Order: sequence, then C-alpha cells, then structure tokens
Amino acid sequence: MKRIRKTGRQERFLRKLFLSCFPVFLIATSSLSASEPILIGSKKFTESYVLAEIAKRAIENAGVATEHRQGMGGTIILWQALSGEQIGLYPEYTGTISEEILKAPPSLSAEEMRERLASFGVGITGELGFNNTYALVMRRTIAEQKAIRSISDLRNHPELKLGLTHEFLDRRDGWGPLAEKYRLPTQNIVGIDHGLGYEALRNGSIDVKDAYSTDAKIGENDLIVLEDDLQFFPRYKAVFLYRLNLPPEVVAILRRMEGTLDEKRMIQLNAEAERTKDYARAADLYFRDANSPRATSIGEPFAHKLRRWTLRHLQLAGLSLLLSILIGIPLGIAASRGGWIGQVILGFVGAVQTIPSLALLALLVPLPFFGISVRTAIAALFLYGLLPIVRNTATGLQDIAQPVRESAIALGLEPAARLWKIYLPIASRSILGGIKTSAVINIATATLAALIGAGGLGEPILSGLNLNDHVTILQGAIPAAVLALLVQWGFDLLDRLLIPKGLRL
Amino acid sequence: MDSLVQLTGVSKTYGSALALHPTDLNFARGKTTVLIGPSGCGKSTLLRLIIRLLDPDAGSIRFDGATITSENIPELRRRIGYVIQDGGLFPHLTARKNVLLMASHLRWPLPKMETRLAELCALTRFPESALDRFPLELSGGQRQRISLMRALMLSPELLLLDEPLGALDPLVRAALQKDLKEIFARLKQTAILVTHDLAEAAYLGDEIVLMNEGRVEQRGTVDDLRMKPASSFVTDFINAQRGLALI
Repeated sequence: MKRIRKTGRQERFLRKLFLSCFPVFLIATSSLSASEPILIGSKKFTESYVLAEIAKRAIENAGVATEHRQGMGGTIILWQALSGEQIGLYPEYTGTISEEILKAPPSLSAEEMRERLASFGVGITGELGFNNTYALVMRRTIAEQKAIRSISDLRNHPELKLGLTHEFLDRRDGWGPLAEKYRLPTQNIVGIDHGLGYEALRNGSIDVKDAYSTDAKIGENDLIVLEDDLQFFPRYKAVFLYRLNLPPEVVAILRRMEGTLDEKRMIQLNAEAERTKDYARAADLYFRDANSPRATSIGEPFAHKLRRWTLRHLQLAGLSLLLSILIGIPLGIAASRGGWIGQVILGFVGAVQTIPSLALLALLVPLPFFGISVRTAIAALFLYGLLPIVRNTATGLQDIAQPVRESAIALGLEPAARLWKIYLPIASRSILGGIKTSAVINIATATLAALIGAGGLGEPILSGLNLNDHVTILQGAIPAAVLALLVQWGFDLLDRLLIPKGLRL
Repeated sequence: MDSLVQLTGVSKTYGSALALHPTDLNFARGKTTVLIGPSGCGKSTLLRLIIRLLDPDAGSIRFDGATITSENIPELRRRIGYVIQDGGLFPHLTARKNVLLMASHLRWPLPKMETRLAELCALTRFPESALDRFPLELSGGQRQRISLMRALMLSPELLLLDEPLGALDPLVRAALQKDLKEIFARLKQTAILVTHDLAEAAYLGDEIVLMNEGRVEQRGTVDDLRMKPASSFVTDFINAQRGLALI
C-alpha cells in the first residue's frame, strides 16, 4: 500500500524541484525588498571609490542609510544612472561634466554648468579642492634615456607603445583630439584596463599610459608626468553630482566637504586605499585628519564582507536560475514539438547566448525598466541561463522512444497527464542536466554583475583589478569557484532525489 | 454475428504509398482474430487505426456500436488494451506502477487496485515479488507479462496485440503462447493479434485474416487457408512457413 501512495509524489518531480529552489528565492526577495537607502555610485578607479566612501561615511554619520554601488563603470553609465534616478549621487570632475556629459566647450562657467545640470534634475557641489587632470605618464628611466619631458616630445618617438584606457580612447577630451593637437603618431596604441596598465608599464609591455594626476601609483612606481605644454587637458576639479530631490540635510553634508581636499591629501588617501586594499580605511583617514571628528568606524571585517558578497551572489544566480527554470521548461516543451515555433524558440535562446555577457549587460542598462540595478543583472543572467534548459528540455522530450509515447497515448492518458506522469519524468535527467549547466554558468557569469553595481563576488574581483592586487581578486575568484563546485555537487545530489530510480539503472 | 469492431471502407496512405486499401472487416466478440502477412502488408497499420495512433484517410470504424472519432477516442482507449512488441513500458516506473498507472490516474481506491493486481499476477503467472523491479531489471518475457497486465488492468472489452511475442526466444515464446491462449479463453477476451508466424496464428487464433500489400487476401481458419486458398499468394505464404507439419 505504501508504495502505491508514493506513486504520485515521485511523478511530480518538478514540483519538488521548485520547492528546493524556494529557499534561494526567499533569501533573494527578502533582501531585495529592504528599505531604500541613498545609493552612492562610483567609477571604476580608486579615487572615485574613496570619494564615494567618504560621502557614504559622512551621510551615515548623520543617521541616513546609504549604499555604495562600487565601481559601476565609466562616466556614461553613472550619468545615466544619476539622471535616470537610479542612484542619488556620485563623485565627478568638472572637465568630464563639460566635455562628456554636457558636450560643451571647456569655457563653460560654473554658473552655466549648474543651470544646465539642473535641467536634468541634477545638482552640483562646489569643488572639493584638488585638480585630478588627465596626464600621460611613463617610466622615469625611459623618459630620461630618450630625453622626453613633455607630450610634444612624444611626436618624435613613434616606436613607443601607448597603453590607454578605453574611456580615454573614446573621450572628447581624450586621445583623439590630444593626438590631433600634438600631431602624435598613432600606430602603437593598445586599449588596456587602468589598473593592469601600471603592471604593463612596469614590465615594459607598454611605455606610456594615461593616468590621473592624483594617482598614488605615479609616485610609487617612479613614473613621471609628461608636461601638457600645449595646455590641452581641461581642469578636472572633483565635485559631487547629486539628485536635486535629495533631502536638504544630505546636500548640506556634501557641501561641507567643499575645499577640504587638496592634491597632496588626495594622493595620500589614494595611497592609503591602495596600501590597505580597503577604501573604507582611506575614508577613515580623511575624517581622522580633517574637519570631521565624528568618524569612528573602521573597515568592514573580511568575514562580513565575504558573507555579503556571497549572499548577493547566490541571490543573483539563484533568482535568475529560478526564472530560467520557470520560463525555460515551458519553452523547451513548446520547442520539443518542432515546427516553426520550435525553430523560433531555439533560434532566439541560441542567439542570446552568442551575445558576449558584458555586451548583454550593456544592452540592458539603457532600457527603461532596467538601468543600473540588480534587476538588470538578474535579467541578463536569466537570458543566459535559458539556452541549456530550453535545449535540454526539448532534446530530452524528443529522445523519448516512440513505443513509450504511443503506449502513453494508447492507455488513454490525457495530454497533460502524459506530459507530467510520463514524458517529463523520463526527460528529467536531461532537464536537470540543463539546469545544472545553467546554474554553474550563472555562478561564473554573476561575477560580471559588479560592473553595473549589482554586487556579488565580482566586487572584490573588480576592485582587485583596479588596485592591481591579486589577493583582493582571489578574495572574489576563489569563493566564486568554490560556489560553482558546491552548486555542481548539490545538483549531483539532487539528481539522486529527482531522477526516477528506473532511469538510473 | 455480434461484432465488437466494424471497419467500413477504411483506407490509409503514407505519403504516396497506399498502406491499406479500402477495407471492410468485422471482429466478433469473444473471439481471437489473428492478422497475419508479410512485413508491410498493413496488419499493424490496421491495429493502429483502431486505437487511433493513426487517423484513417477514409471510411469509419465502429466500436461497440459507436463510430470512433477524435472526440470520443480518449474515453474509448480506456476500454481497449494495447500491447506492443517490446512492451512500451515506462522505464521510470516499477512494474507495479506501470500496471496501476491508469487505475491510480482514475483514482481507484487502494484495496480495489491491490485486489486487481493480485488477480492479474495470478492470471499472467507474474511473480508478485518482482513487482517492485523496474522494466530494465526484468527479463523480456516478464516485460511482456507486465505489458499484458497493464493492458488488462481496466478489464478492456478489446485487446490489441501487435507482435507481442516477436522479440522473445523460442522457449519463452512458447510458454507465453500457452499462457495467452489460456488467458483469452478464461476471460472470453475479444482480441486482435498481429503476427507473421503462421504456427502462432494457428495456435492462438479462432480466425485468421491473411493480408498482403494493404489488402485482405483471405479470411478463415488455418484449414480454410490450406485447403481452399483464395489465391496463389495464400498458397505461397502457407508453403513458406516451415514447421507447418507440426500443427
């Protein structure tokens, strides 16, 4: 008798599968619906992280909750996020505002700038003090050997290899116009990440790179800044851009930071951040020395950070996997019936897979519902996870032997009962295989979510790349790899629970 | 005579090939009719048309007085058992669950299912101890017995068997032939059995329908076929079957 009663349970294996995903779903939704703090964005380089961290600390000391979306990318992404009201504020530079954001001549006055930003609902603080201009840097030894002191001197050295950041290559005040103004040779140019560029300079892979004049690495690596003898680079005075609808007390806090940071202190803070590998420590230093005695907190302990990253990572991968399962299995069932609908479905999910994951994120960011958010990361991971599930569901169903199909029909089972009691359980091994592939891919790809400020284990990887610090990179990379292995093992266990025993003989 | 199944002008083509010429056939209640003929003669097609795994191009099939349509066939299938050569058992279900699948789908009470299961085990000589094995753990003969039990579970009025013993070795086959004959007799089962083995047809069938190239060549007992062949094909077919002397 007992065995008969168990019949229904084993057949409804998918329901069990959904139940087993449920805890992940709960974790994911509960923290997504938390109260809404002020979001602070930062660009993908040390100084931006540090400034954002200082703002976070200052605002939190006033009792307002904030969240720092670290290293969201370049200017365009942050500006879109701010003008699209997805973040509340971020640190920016006056030169970037006029050149990149407002596409205005460098002569734009502070007053004009304020007015034009206001039309986007965005406010601007006064200058924080230092000027972080773009600069070209190279190793002192090579510069002295070739007698290069200014950017003009590069004109006679076409053999030098330039490693430039992608943002610098594309900017209106970047490489193109600079090369034009100085009539520089343009053969030996490679695009390279900012942090990696210093490594490349050190080992001689490149000779010249773009840098920021407050970059702590300049002193550390014994680099020299080439003189901008034709005064090409505009002034890049740091400010905060913020939503005009932020609470007045928050704006007041930001304005209190005006004029508190000169070049020397900024270099110090940047160096502190790179030395300690901890942006919060640099922010501490700002409050310790300066006009604000209120700061007391120290950097977040590693175990706490790891927990935060991992939970968010699981949230991203888990929610997106759940969506992929919920949408992918029905799509796979439809695709298994063949015909043009099957072609369209398999064609679509296959095409999605061919888009590089980074490009898929970038494509989703400008869409109205998405923007810079956890939503976007989940949507991208969901689309990525579809193919293995849809394809394995479809092939698993198509592979069912003709006699088995016909027996199910001839017995008089209705189509729905045939699907649930016969076809899906027989295809379960293939379907679970697809889900497993999808889950492992998701864990790996979710590290990219940090690029759009969605957090997860990609966060330390990104800041490590930026700090050129392998230990920090590994703090994200190792847990991500361990997670992928655990997920793989977890699914191997799940196989035993969900795949009917008769199929495992 | 009282017919359970009546075919009137039923025909079927696959692409351009005519698999079954317009055919009229009746199958009597309580009798075992054997469809026999060479491969591709249309005998399996005929079974598949009755259970509607295939739709006829023309003509109509009546079951117990009612014309079979795509609307009523799901209901009618529960009154028809179907057994095929390799059993078509569901690999993810134990033997027990294969047999009980429809009954539990129709929410039979547990005691009724257990009683019926015990009856069927006795009838088909299937050891109850092997009921919890999966199809892959059963021998070929055991699989066919389970397939038969599954087909008989709801006490169908009609049993269709498409080469049910075709893949078995001779000893197992002989044992199952004997058991089938007893079962049909005990249940007074209306059955239509497809085979290409004349000895099996002669042993199991009350009546034989010999088919060739989509047509019925002759209908009668094995003696009718032997003594009064309707065509030279019938003679050739009979002579081609060795071991006939043993009948």
